[in-house]
Amino acid sequence: MHAFEYVVPKTLQEVINLKAEKGDEARLIAGGTDIIVQMRVGRRRPELVVQTKEVSELNELSYDPQKGLTLGASVQCYRVYQDDAIAKAYPGLIDAASMIGSIQIQGRASVGGNLCNAAPSGDCIPPLIALRAVASVAGPNGTREIPVEEFCTGPGQNALEPGEILVSIHIPPPQKLAGAHYLRFIPRNEMDIAVAGVGTSVVLDESGERFVSARISLASVAPTPLLVQGVEESAAGQLANEETFERLAELSKLAARPISDMRGTIDQRRHLCGVLTKRTLRGAIERAREA
Amino acid sequence: MTSQKLMVHVTINGEGTDFLCEPRQSLLEVVRDVLGLTGSKEGCGDGNCGACTMVLDGRIVDSCLVLAPEVDGSTITTVEGIATPEGLHPVQQAFLEEAALQCGICTPGLLVASKALLEKEPNPSEARIRHWLAGNLCRCTGYDKIIRAVLKAADMMGAQKA
Repeated sequence: MHAFEYVVPKTLQEVINLKAEKGDEARLIAGGTDIIVQMRVGRRRPELVVQTKEVSELNELSYDPQKGLTLGASVQCYRVYQDDAIAKAYPGLIDAASMIGSIQIQGRASVGGNLCNAAPSGDCIPPLIALRAVASVAGPNGTREIPVEEFCTGPGQNALEPGEILVSIHIPPPQKLAGAHYLRFIPRNEMDIAVAGVGTSVVLDESGERFVSARISLASVAPTPLLVQGVEESAAGQLANEETFERLAELSKLAARPISDMRGTIDQRRHLCGVLTKRTLRGAIERAREA
Repeated sequence: MTSQKLMVHVTINGEGTDFLCEPRQSLLEVVRDVLGLTGSKEGCGDGNCGACTMVLDGRIVDSCLVLAPEVDGSTITTVEGIATPEGLHPVQQAFLEEAALQCGICTPGLLVASKALLEKEPNPSEARIRHWLAGNLCRCTGYDKIIRAVLKAADMMGAQKA
């Protein structure tokens, strides 16, 4: 690995100042499970590595049933899924956080890092999009908010401007009769990159039989994870039955823009979008009725 | 370009120690090459195989994906810290009795990961063991003997407590 300097700042302002001064020559490290690999193969060669573990804003994990979830950018996957209140409120996020890599990886890797790395296959991203998560960003020109579905701009590319960093991700509080689910297809049982992934969230009406709303997000079938357009309108007021699921699955298949590669073909991926959309709808609805 | 060396203090296998490292060195590299604890192995160097698994502040990690300066002030257990002066840990004993290894490269990581599971969950199901150990690859024995060894270790540890 190339030689670099290493610092452990204590405040968010110090991190922002370092990024403002050094730009892309300063890279932040949370769990390191992407950046260390990228540096080892020479794909990134920053002059300065900034460890974020001592910055409180980046490590905040707080949930309030009225305010929702604030997930600091450096919070590791395990902290998310070992918190019972969070696990109960956001099971769709837990599906992904407990699926990424191995137990070893989940002990280090952060949800925020998964988002910033902006892999088309990033498992945490579809549930974040489905759950209407918003990214809080800070930089030399102040702070701004970016809906997660607009955060990834291409494979490995994100919407952060030079000098900006992701501070936290905010997910609104779960509504009554709401549920979410994330599933991916891989040829193995664990430790693989999704051929296709689907994250779905639903809100049902008092009867538990009709949709109030639904959101569906896809991974690994486009240059970025994406929000399926038209789902909200198509689901609202409809019966939560197989006929509706079939219609929403068609929307997913239309939204997918997959490529053929070593993991799967265009046709297989599009097919998987339909299958996983229906499965995650059933899963999310079951959770909504139990919630 | 060389970067300035950093002084790092850790408690490793129960003993406090200091070492100097470059930021680019991994925890695995320092533990093997500077501290001379060569039990942990480098398999893939990118977090897929788990041969370098160590316990870092109570959680298993791939030590190839930890920068050495990150562990300043931390507590680490490697495979060398599993046995006691009284003898092998039940996990080690069970791996021997079940012949749960051939070439042995994956074994240190599997021992560390298996022990961590059994300390957290004394009676895991076979499915749970397979899930927990998904990040530890073995390319010769096959996993059945390994799973049998972990189940046996769970029994041995339960009997010790009883």
